[in-house]
Amino acid sequence: MKFDIILAGVGGQGVLSLSAIIASSAMREGLAVKQSEVHGMSQRGGAVLAHLRLADGPIASDLIPRGSAAMILGMEPLESLRYLEYLDRAGAVVSATTPMANIADYPPLDQVLAAIRSLPRAYLVEAEALARQAGSARASNMVMVGAASPLLPVALSTLEHFVETAFAAKGAKVVETNLRALHAGRAAAAVIP
Amino acid sequence: MGERVLLGDEAVALAAVHAGLTAAYGYPGTPSTEILEYLIRHREQHGSPRAQWCANEKTAYEAALGVSFAGRRALVTMKHVGLNVAADPFMNSALVAITGGLVLAVADDPGMHSSQNEQDSRLFADFARVACFEPATHQEAYDMTLEAFDVSERFEIPVMVRLVTRLAHSRGIVRTGDGRGENPSDKRGQAASWILLPANARRRWRALIERQRDIREYTAGSRFNTVEGGPAKRFGVITTGLARNYLLENLADLPERPALLHVGAYPYPAEAIRAFVAPLARVLLLEEGYPYIERALRGIVPPAALEIQGRESGEVPPDGELNPDIVRAALGLPLRQGVTLEGLTLPNRPPQLCAGCPHGDSLHAITSALASIPGAVVTADIGCSTLGALPPYNAVETCVCMGASIGMAKGAADAGVRPVVAVIGDSTFLHSGITPLMDAVKDGTPMTLVILDNKTVAMTGGQPTILSSSELVTLVHGLGVPPGHLHVIEAHPRRASENTETLRRAVGHPGLSVVIAVRECVETVKRGKREKPSAAAGEVRP
Repeated sequence: MKFDIILAGVGGQGVLSLSAIIASSAMREGLAVKQSEVHGMSQRGGAVLAHLRLADGPIASDLIPRGSAAMILGMEPLESLRYLEYLDRAGAVVSATTPMANIADYPPLDQVLAAIRSLPRAYLVEAEALARQAGSARASNMVMVGAASPLLPVALSTLEHFVETAFAAKGAKVVETNLRALHAGRAAAAVIP
Repeated sequence: MGERVLLGDEAVALAAVHAGLTAAYGYPGTPSTEILEYLIRHREQHGSPRAQWCANEKTAYEAALGVSFAGRRALVTMKHVGLNVAADPFMNSALVAITGGLVLAVADDPGMHSSQNEQDSRLFADFARVACFEPATHQEAYDMTLEAFDVSERFEIPVMVRLVTRLAHSRGIVRTGDGRGENPSDKRGQAASWILLPANARRRWRALIERQRDIREYTAGSRFNTVEGGPAKRFGVITTGLARNYLLENLADLPERPALLHVGAYPYPAEAIRAFVAPLARVLLLEEGYPYIERALRGIVPPAALEIQGRESGEVPPDGELNPDIVRAALGLPLRQGVTLEGLTLPNRPPQLCAGCPHGDSLHAITSALASIPGAVVTADIGCSTLGALPPYNAVETCVCMGASIGMAKGAADAGVRPVVAVIGDSTFLHSGITPLMDAVKDGTPMTLVILDNKTVAMTGGQPTILSSSELVTLVHGLGVPPGHLHVIEAHPRRASENTETLRRAVGHPGLSVVIAVRECVETVKRGKREKPSAAAGEVRP
C-alpha cells in the first residue's frame, strides 16, 4: 500500500501542521512516512506545497512522482488546482472553498470552484465556516484533516489522538475547538455526494 | 537508542549531540536554519551543548575552529552561499592540525527555492581538499554526521556534511544511538601547526596533500560508497546524494536492472568508478548538483568506448534540482500522466511581504521620496527586503549578496549616479553591511543608506539579531556617520508623510546619510502575543 498526498495552500494557512497530524497518525499505525516541506522565502504569502508519502514499505523519494498522488488536500481552492499533474487519475481532490485573494489577478471564484467540481473525484469543504462554528476560524486546517479522513489509510481515533497532542500545550479549550473542527470536517465529507 | 521523526537538518543536529559536541555556531540561511534551531532548543532543555547564532558565517566558522583548537568537538552550520562568506577560515582550516572534530554542515539549495545561486558545496570540499559526506536519507544524515566527527579527528581536517533542500526540509524516521561524552579541553596542537606563517603553511599544505592518499583510501572503503555490479551489465547508473532515491523510485519499471554505483563519501572513489565503468557500454550520471563526477569521468579526453550520459550531454537538465520525473525521463521511461486542468489559467502566487509588514511602509516612503527624481537608483540586499523587487513595490534594482547593497551603492555613486539609495535589513547589515558603510563614511560618498530594522532575522523564521535597535543606532553613530544625517524613523503608516519627507531630505543631502526605519516584524509580534498570555498566566493574582 502506498498513499501519496499533495498538501497545498498559502503561507500562514497551517499546511505544515495539517501535514504533521496525518504523518504522526500514519506512523503510529505502523506506516512508513516521508514529508517534504517548503520553508523560507516561499512561505511569505506565497504558494506552499508539501509532499506527504505514506506506505507499508520503504519510501525512496521524498518527492511524489507525477501522476501518482492519491489525494490533493488543499487549504485554498486555487492552490488545490495548481498541482493536478501530480494527481493519479483515480485520485481525489479535497479542497477548502474560501479563497486567499492576495494577488491582483485571482480568477473569479465561481470559475475556480467549477474547475474543481469538474474533476472526477472532488470534495469541496466550507472549511472556514465550519471552523468558525467549531469555535475558531484558525481551526480550518483541522476541518480539512477531518474532511480528508474517510479517504486516509489511518483511523479517526488516531487522528483525534494527535490533534489532542498537538494542541495540548494551548489548553483544553483549544483542544476541544480543534476536535470539533475535525469532526465537523468528517461529517461534511460524509454528506458530499 | 530509539526511533524519532526528524527533519534532515535535525538528524544532523542530533547526531552532533550524540557525537559529544561541545559547541555549535551558525548564521540562519534556508535550508540550513533548522540545524542550529534544534540545538538551541536542545540547549534550553538540557543546558548543553552550547548553540549560538553568530553575526555571520565567517565569525561562526572561526568560533567553531577555536573550539576545535581547544581539542573539543564543534559544528558550524550555514547555507551554501554562507560558505562563500566563511571561505577564508574554511580553506585555511584545512591546513591546521585539527584535534577536536570540526564538522561543517552546509545546506545547498539546488533549484534556488530560497537562494540567489545553486553552487555545489562538494566542489568547495574538493577545493579545500577535505572529506565530504552527502547523505541521501535521514538515517544517513545522522550516521554520516556521527562519522564525520571521527573522520575529522582521524585525518586532522575539517569535514563537510553537504545537505540539499529536499533532505534538509523533509521529515523521516531516524534510528539513533546512545551517544558519547564531550572531549576534555585539551590544547594538544603544536603551535607551529596552527600558525600559518608562510614557512609553516608550506609545510602544512604539503602535509595535507600527502594525507590525500589516506583520505581517499578511507572513502574508497566507506560503507556510504556502494557498488552493485554484474559482469554481464552493459548499462550502469552512477548516483550521488538524493539522486539515488529518485532512481530507486523508478528502478522497478526498467526492463533490466542496470549496474549501480552510489557515492556518498568524498573524495569520490576513483578506482571503484574506473572498475565500475570498465565493462559498460553506457553510463548515466545522476547528481543532485553540478555534474561533478560526470566532468571528471568525461575529462578532456573522454573514454572512447563508453557513452557518458548526464547533465553535460542533455539527458539530464543542465541546471536545477532533480526529482523522480526528471530521473525517469533520463532513464528513457515514459512519464506518468496526471490530471490536466482545462479552461482555466492559474496565476502565480509569488512570495510577498506579509500584510502590515513595516518594510512595506519603508519601501513606500522611499518610492514616494524618489518619485519625482529621474535616474534615481535603489540597490537592495538579501532577506525580506528583497521582496521590494516584486509588485506592488518594484522599488529596487539590485540584489546580489549579503551586504552588496551598500558597496554597490558606493560604486554607483562613484560612477556618477545620483541619487543612490541602498536598502538593507538590520540583520543583513550586521552580517556584512558594516564594512562597506565604513568605506562610504571614510569617503563621504553621496548616497543614502536605509536600514530596515524589524528587530529580527525575518526571512528565515525570526531568529534574534546580534544587536538591539538602540545598539544598532550606537554602532552606526560610532562608524562616524554625521549625527545630523543619521535619522531614526518609525516605519508605520501613520508616519507616512513625515517619513517620506525625512527620506527626501536625506536623499537631497550631497554627502552620506543614513535612515534607520524601525518597527518590529509583524510575524514576531504575533508570535510574542501568542506566547505571552500562557507565560503570564501564572503571574495573575486576584
